[in-house]
Amino acid sequence: MVLVYIDQYNQQIKKTAFEAANYGSQLAAKLGTEAVGLVLGSSNNDLASLGKYGLKKVYKVSNDALNQLDTQVYTTVIAAAADSLGADIIVLSGNVNGKAIAPRLSARLHAGLVTGAISLPDTSQGFVVKKAVFSGKAFANINIETAKKIITVSPNAFSHQPGEGSAEVADLQVNVPTAKVKVLSSQVASGQVPLSDAEIVVSGGRGLKGPENWGMIEDLAKLLGAATACSRPVADAHWRPHGEHVGQTGGAIAPNLYFAVGISGAIQHLAGVNRSKTIVVINKDPEAPFFKAADYGIVGDAFEVMPKIIEAVKKLKQ
Amino acid sequence: MKILVCISKTPDTTAKIAFTDNNRKFAADGVQWILNPYDEWYALVRAIELKEKDPATVIHLATVGLADAEPIIRKALALGGDEAIRINIDSTDTFVIASQLAAVAKEGGYDLIFTGKETIDFNGATVGGMLAELLDIPFISLATKFELNGSTATVTREIEGGEETDEVNLPLLVSCQKGVAEQRIPNMKGIMGARTKPLKVVEPVSVTALTSIVSFELPPAKAGVKLVSADQPEELVRLLHEEAKLI
Ligand SMILES: Cc1cc2nc3c(=O)[nH]c(=O)nc-3n(C[C@H](O)[C@H](O)[C@H](O)COP(=O)(O)OP(=O)(O)OC[C@H]3O[C@@H](n4cnc5c(N)ncnc54)[C@H](O)[C@@H]3O)c2cc1C
Repeated sequence: MVLVYIDQYNQQIKKTAFEAANYGSQLAAKLGTEAVGLVLGSSNNDLASLGKYGLKKVYKVSNDALNQLDTQVYTTVIAAAADSLGADIIVLSGNVNGKAIAPRLSARLHAGLVTGAISLPDTSQGFVVKKAVFSGKAFANINIETAKKIITVSPNAFSHQPGEGSAEVADLQVNVPTAKVKVLSSQVASGQVPLSDAEIVVSGGRGLKGPENWGMIEDLAKLLGAATACSRPVADAHWRPHGEHVGQTGGAIAPNLYFAVGISGAIQHLAGVNRSKTIVVINKDPEAPFFKAADYGIVGDAFEVMPKIIEAVKKLKQ
Repeated sequence: MKILVCISKTPDTTAKIAFTDNNRKFAADGVQWILNPYDEWYALVRAIELKEKDPATVIHLATVGLADAEPIIRKALALGGDEAIRINIDSTDTFVIASQLAAVAKEGGYDLIFTGKETIDFNGATVGGMLAELLDIPFISLATKFELNGSTATVTREIEGGEETDEVNLPLLVSCQKGVAEQRIPNMKGIMGARTKPLKVVEPVSVTALTSIVSFELPPAKAGVKLVSADQPEELVRLLHEEAKLI
């Protein structure tokens, strides 16, 4: 059986959890078994609707102590759930919480772990999972050698779209240990698409000259329902918050569309965005290395080109 | 206060990525190795800052790797580690690596363990969490801020589109990323001093790997850029809408 851990924020199921559910149910179908979901803490979602992502059953451990993440507590609860349900494969989102929980769970269960899977395992010889390595400059095919297996799914590598179906929802009784980590506060920027979830990202570099010129990046992002990002020197100069820094030493993203404005395309920057499905580059230097990695481009001054693009998108969206 | 910083060597960020041995091994010939940036810039520098505030603090460094890891260990000592331990085994399985570090950490009895958020070669982000589990201590991942007050830590971690601030007592393991500290450059005094700081080599404990690398692949080459004239940016919007169907 495949057990899919359904990650939530503020009792809401995350987009990456729907991706994990789709991955888990496709994997179960491939192995001729079934996929079930596991929800920890309370949820404001209709859990039966997780059936639309192929889950046959959803188990919930309704204990308010689980509304906050303590990796030791979560590991104990997920391990106990996997044990009582007889699940031998656990799938999690490869997001912030998946990165916190999956390695612990791997060591606890002695289950081989591959993080950031970008395709379903190849089971023709062993159980081989593909993931990006060397900051997106290569892929590795990794065999999980153990009977129990854990996979985290790379964000935006699998569809989060629902199909048909309804899951049976059941309570699961699991002993919840006392948390050692106390959450003091949490904030997310409201009305913005989180960078890690975004299907479109509009990103600016040092070519934009200063933070006062970010209006055009934000305007385009808003029109496209996109998140904003930036190059490292831009974050280092505090023009933009650290969370927007993408690249080899910042966030790694794989949106469907990455818009790079006034960014040269240094190898360390590309390392964080090279898995984007389509890359658009706007740069006034025809020799900018970014054009070699781009699908579409304009050689031109961002200050002249961007307002026209924004106008054209506005027209399109009308 | 005893801090352990786990460090790792990775290819330089500009290194050519290629494979040998039927695509089973990274082609390491001629590659320049660096201290993994997350380990160096954030984990190690934050440990050094804590020591600057409380000089009684001791910083140990641990790395799992062969003798060719010594230049990066010396660099970390030059930046400000007090002593280093190298566990003499080369492995690509993160459970094997975490188990080696766990053996060292149990022996050392550390109050605080820092790792980088991930290495820039395998991008696994797994060693920290596994090590915390093997030591049965709390783990906060992807930290962007770390403060210590006596034996209580306040740690801010990244969450989607924002951040969460947690409070937890030591002992504790934290994986660090941008925000925790700012990159430093070793000075001459540090470099000279690093030569005589203790570097202990220990033999590995025996652990079975949970995973193995079957092969590597390079991504397919890009088809080439389609350029649109700067006089007609609206053409780009049309292409993204009608051809790429992305907007
Ligand atoms: C170890 C290491 C790790 C690193 N990690 C990262 C990382 O994670 N992420 C990252 O981004 N960088 C990283 N870097 C830095 C990287 O090497 C580059 O220096 C950086 O990406 C450059 O940022 P930029 O393109 O914004 O600025 P620049 O290199 O200054 O480029 C600005 C670009 O804007 C163009 N431009 C100027 N004016 C205009 C205009 N009016 N209209 C249109 N275009 C214009 C220029 O032609 C130029 O191409 C790292 C470097 C090292 C050594």
